[in-house]
Amino acid sequence: MSSNNDSNGSRRTFLKGTAALAAGLAIAPGVRLLGVAKAKPDNEAVTSIVRWGMLIDTTKCSECEVCVEACHAENGIKDQGDPATTPQWIRKLMARDSLTGHVVTLPMMCQHCENPPCADVCPTGASFRRADGIVLVDRHICIGCRYCMMACPYKARSFEHINVTDQAPHAPRGKGTVEACTMCVHRVDKDQQPACVDACNERGHGAMVFGDLKDPESEISQELVRYGGTQIRADLGLNTGIRYRGI
Amino acid sequence: MRSLFRLVIHAGLTVALGLPALATAEVPFPDIPRGKGDKCVAPTDVIRQTHMDLLLHKRDQTMHQGIRTKQYSLRECLNCHVQAKEDGSYPDIHSKEHFCNACHSYAAVTIDCFQCHVPRPDDAANK
Repeated sequence: MSSNNDSNGSRRTFLKGTAALAAGLAIAPGVRLLGVAKAKPDNEAVTSIVRWGMLIDTTKCSECEVCVEACHAENGIKDQGDPATTPQWIRKLMARDSLTGHVVTLPMMCQHCENPPCADVCPTGASFRRADGIVLVDRHICIGCRYCMMACPYKARSFEHINVTDQAPHAPRGKGTVEACTMCVHRVDKDQQPACVDACNERGHGAMVFGDLKDPESEISQELVRYGGTQIRADLGLNTGIRYRGI
Repeated sequence: MRSLFRLVIHAGLTVALGLPALATAEVPFPDIPRGKGDKCVAPTDVIRQTHMDLLLHKRDQTMHQGIRTKQYSLRECLNCHVQAKEDGSYPDIHSKEHFCNACHSYAAVTIDCFQCHVPRPDDAANK
């Protein structure tokens, strides 16, 4: 885990640019600035006016697994008895500094990169990045080759090895395809937060903030401006949508 | 006596004209389960002929653009057309009692939607 000041610097410049753009929009007739971060109507396509992201404060993250449980309950992922094959959309990691003994725990999942290596290597176009920054697998065209699993620096993807029944209606999953965190895209499209974020807040930890990285007024942008955030493996230049603090 | 007469006629036709005896070779039309509501999102003949194209188009819109309108959504098909049986359970996707499979087994067309999608309405998805 390393931080990259250059990338944070370019991010700030980028945010300034976005703020200027937003100010420009506000004076244009018929464009409501307030509408930018709100959920879109059902019949409109997602746009790159928003970029969904998450900020995870590891100093508030304890050793509980409530985010993992909430994710798996929301998306109908069940224990298949074998940890080698059970899908894992989110997992808890623990890192210990051998010199100081300082322990950090954090949830690790798809980092929703701006330049996703999974989409780069996908031979069918099944791995893709939605306009609003959410990286998904279109399992209608996934052939299960698993190149994306090898390309992902975060080991965020899983292969479904067995026939699946009783899926959640909003989260279709089936044998022979690759799957990963969808940032609860079905909830995000309804103006709700991902299940892990809600669960963390309900437990009272409040370690996860979800929001629009391009909206300078959003909580996540405000926190990032004030305290900064770290990308894991920032050296790869992927510009992840998930940022961490305290690592 | 009368049925024997018909059999002879059919056999005669088959031999004489090389045609199959129509009455005896007929495959029963599938018993399509009734959905709820008065009418479908499009006329029946349109749906019968183009439902696969409509679903495919909607699938890509939803997956890649996040368009989540209800018309032509597979979930909404299931919400109306798959209803609980008398004992409260929902028909298995492989049985002819399931709306989709009733026709698809008749037409011998294999569908793979339900390798991933749950074949029950939203409110009964995990029953």
